Amino acid sequence: MIEEPAHPLSKYLRAAMMPHIWCSGCGNGIILNCFVHALNEMQMNLDELVVVSGIGCIGRIAGYINVDSFHTTHGRPIAFATGVKLANPKLEVVVISGDGDLFAIGGNHFIHAARRNIGIKVICANNFNYGMTGGQQGPTTPLEASTATTPYGNIEHPFNLVHLAAASGATYVARWTTLHVRQLTQSIKKMLQKEGFCFIEVVSPCPEIFGRRNRMRSGLEMMKWFEKASVVENFSDPAKAEITPEKIVIGEFVEIEKVTYERLLLDKIAKISEEREK
Amino acid sequence: MLNMTKKLTVLSGVHFMSGDIACAEGAIAAGCKFFAGYPITPATEIAEHMALRMPEIGGIYLQMEDEIASMAAVIGASYTGLKAMTATSGPGFSLMQENIGLATMTEAPCVIVNVMRGGPSTGQPTMPGQQDVMQARWGSHGDYEIIALTPSYVQEMFDLIVEAFNLSETYRVPTILLADEVIAHMWGKVVIPPPEGIKVVNRKKPNVPPEKYLPFMPDDDLVPPMACFGEGFRFHATGLTHDEHGYPQTQSSEAQTKLVRRLCDKIRKNADKIIRVEEIMLEDADVVVITYGIVARAALSAVRRARENGIKAGLLRLITLWPFPERHVAKIAEQVNMIIVPEMNCGQMVREVERAAKETPVVFLPKLGEEPHTPTEIFEAIRRNSQ
Repeated sequence: MIEEPAHPLSKYLRAAMMPHIWCSGCGNGIILNCFVHALNEMQMNLDELVVVSGIGCIGRIAGYINVDSFHTTHGRPIAFATGVKLANPKLEVVVISGDGDLFAIGGNHFIHAARRNIGIKVICANNFNYGMTGGQQGPTTPLEASTATTPYGNIEHPFNLVHLAAASGATYVARWTTLHVRQLTQSIKKMLQKEGFCFIEVVSPCPEIFGRRNRMRSGLEMMKWFEKASVVENFSDPAKAEITPEKIVIGEFVEIEKVTYERLLLDKIAKISEEREK
Repeated sequence: MLNMTKKLTVLSGVHFMSGDIACAEGAIAAGCKFFAGYPITPATEIAEHMALRMPEIGGIYLQMEDEIASMAAVIGASYTGLKAMTATSGPGFSLMQENIGLATMTEAPCVIVNVMRGGPSTGQPTMPGQQDVMQARWGSHGDYEIIALTPSYVQEMFDLIVEAFNLSETYRVPTILLADEVIAHMWGKVVIPPPEGIKVVNRKKPNVPPEKYLPFMPDDDLVPPMACFGEGFRFHATGLTHDEHGYPQTQSSEAQTKLVRRLCDKIRKNADKIIRVEEIMLEDADVVVITYGIVARAALSAVRRARENGIKAGLLRLITLWPFPERHVAKIAEQVNMIIVPEMNCGQMVREVERAAKETPVVFLPKLGEEPHTPTEIFEAIRRNSQ
């Protein structure tokens, strides 16, 4: 008998939670893969990492990563993560969730966490629809796209997530697709090394639920769209970073230094404590 | 950052305080290190006082974007090892229900103060009410149990929030301090004991190494020991139905039955240890007033006046509202001819009293609007019903 060697990344995953729930062709596994590769390359101390997710297909990711993890109510991972980060600012707190969770039901929490510049790192899997509930229209569904609740074509304008994040005050903003695994992994590493509120949007294929209604029946067809349409425009105006059938603007859009909420809070507490000691 | 002098934490001595401030000081004395909230009348003074005091004791005050976020942040802080609370009133309490359910499901110790005002909806923000009694019990979806305490005195805003923290830490359950606007805004004498005179309970910690830790495996008391984020246990928690590992079990009837039964039983089977009532002049009573909060004070006056008039009246003051003191009510119901329940609502706790009282007649005295019941109103009801 030849002993099967352990996969070098298996320590990052909870084997007991496998198999995962994701469909074939889904981009969530690629995001998970890039995330644990980033952790591995950084030799991240897993005891100091907390992963928080919300509801939706990608919401199950918190359970798959072998760190302290919490699967919150729908839309609330950032608000929950805010409590974690302030209760112990030494912890690295990462939120991984979907476009509906973070920008529809949880949109208010996103913009306020970015405004405060609290040191939470957010990764959004943008698959253009609510996959888990069967493919309804969401806050990033493109105009005219067909979904379970827009059978005659979507008439709502979608959010431009990188523009929203930049305008709300995020200190690092990037967008990649699941085709751009190297760039995404490097971007995650950069984000984990940065202070303050950081955001990465990952344009992700959902062939089973979204693609098949929009003439992209397989994961491969969706990835071909990403390949054909993606254009790297680093540090271009995020307001103009479109996602259309013809063009997906990807790259890093924001990388700035700004004092974090937790730093201001701890300094304030230290100052008050010093005054009281006198 | 969280090490400060004990002197600043517990303001031992005799004070003249509002109920809201007494509540904030009680929370601090109980070990609260995290407050997240959103301004709302008549609970805002708790947040304001926490904003002043938390930095002094090395704690966190955080104003969130709404009450949904406040409750979520409280659970996050609780899971990261801090005693955490929020304070609100009816409209905010409605928004918190979603994550009160999450705290129940994930067994996050935390305290929620609801200073009740007149509802429904925006209602009468500066007027008192007791209209959230059933919402406190049943407000979130699904089957669960919580603990709710209700103060009748400014001193009890201090005493009962300490107890609320202790109960929430003991049973890993959200515990609600259900105050009314009158007690919260009333100023009165508050005696804060020395730190050694205040009983403070902390959650059970695991006594096994991380590889053997099952985050939702209960002890004999039905409560699992609680590790915290960042301690190396690397555990998972979810609002989904889960097993002892914390892993989702969305298809198993057995897992659903086992978990939800335990979440209910850990409170139901410990109800006798949790429940507190005040029994006044009950030994020989023919008629008893059962009530709580500010109304209990008018009722006490009324009962005393009834005694002066030769009527054998007594008072059962409910300090614990949930779990409902069913045994106490059933016992007094066997003894008396009549039960009178005054409440500042259209009939909430009276339903529970009727259920426990069985055959004994129950008279309900509703009251809505700016003033609680007067002693005379309750006295007249006692007199009418004891002839």
